[in-house]
Amino acid sequence: MSKFKIILNGIVKENPTFVLLLGMCPTLGTTSSAINGLAMGLATMFVLMLSNLIISCLKNLIPDMVRIPSYIIIIASLVTMLQMLMQAYLPGIYTTLGLFIPLIVVNCIILGRAEAFAAKNSPLDSLCDGMGIGIGFSLALTLLGAVREILGTGVVFRSEDFGMSGITLQGENYGMLMFVLAPGAFLALGYLIALFNKFVIKK
Amino acid sequence: MKKLQSSFTNMVIVMTVVAVVAGGVLAWVNKVTAPQIEKINAENLSKGIFAVMGSDNVQVSEAKEVGDYVFYLVADKTGKPVGTAVTTQAQGFGGTLEILVGFDLEGTILGYTILSSAETPGLGAKANTWFQKGQKGDIVGKNPGTCNFTVSKDGGEIDAITASTITSRAFLGAIKKAYDELYGDKKPLSEP
Repeated sequence: MSKFKIILNGIVKENPTFVLLLGMCPTLGTTSSAINGLAMGLATMFVLMLSNLIISCLKNLIPDMVRIPSYIIIIASLVTMLQMLMQAYLPGIYTTLGLFIPLIVVNCIILGRAEAFAAKNSPLDSLCDGMGIGIGFSLALTLLGAVREILGTGVVFRSEDFGMSGITLQGENYGMLMFVLAPGAFLALGYLIALFNKFVIKK
Repeated sequence: MKKLQSSFTNMVIVMTVVAVVAGGVLAWVNKVTAPQIEKINAENLSKGIFAVMGSDNVQVSEAKEVGDYVFYLVADKTGKPVGTAVTTQAQGFGGTLEILVGFDLEGTILGYTILSSAETPGLGAKANTWFQKGQKGDIVGKNPGTCNFTVSKDGGEIDAITASTITSRAFLGAIKKAYDELYGDKKPLSEP
């Protein structure tokens, strides 16, 4: 499989949100706005690429029976590193996502890709897989966040932490509050999965 | 290279090495980032204090931690006390709402800023502008001790954020609590 194909595979054929249905907790929790979704996706992508790379390099050195705890230590260390780096150098994003960053550790996409891909493939392929899945996850979260933000508040890509006023698409007073709250996340996600399966995954 | 067998010695060695290396890397990253994080936190705090006291010519003369609150006694450049900034918190709609609020010596609100919140974007998250001077729910210049410091739905004087009464109640409650702690029946902290 070529590198490009591996990346594309993560975005379309094995899209973590719409096809594999992995990592639903951050998907539903962080997508109350498009920017939050995007930032969460990129943070996950960072961890995913590095964890895939490191685990793939170490795959022959880690005995099978202790592989899960070893992977978890590696992933948790990467997430903690990310958290400290974000807090120090990107305080704006950290204020928005602070609460969700530690949860990347238990995001099953990361351990899932470590087991399903990185433990069997070469380091470079694993890096590409991490990138592909990461891009797929980011795109899915941004899309879901944008849909919820438009329906819920009438504005998209607004973020006060970055001083973005966003694009107003409909009067702010006509927003459907439910879409910003938890039930809206489930509804929007359900419809997006259905549409994705209908138009993108052709059987 | 052949995969390492799952023998007891191998497992112990691998787990120990992985843990030690991970711990070492984390300690190093922490050492590199800690001063920067501290700097940002201190900057945010002083920026927040300037904002809530409505003046850049002030400095913190003393910080006191009492229970859930942190009181910053604020004085002007000559050392004359001008009031107190307090961090206070309450349970909002989406999580803990943490506010820094500035009082003058009589307990009149000089300004406030939201330190952290998990309120709904587009609704409760509006609290950072809604209660500012000149806005619909203006609380600046009000004294929680002398006016009815609750939302109008509860018979008070403050307009709640549209469709976010829970956030508004939590917000006002947190400020009222800080006021009571500071000026209630106890002796004001800012008096000598």
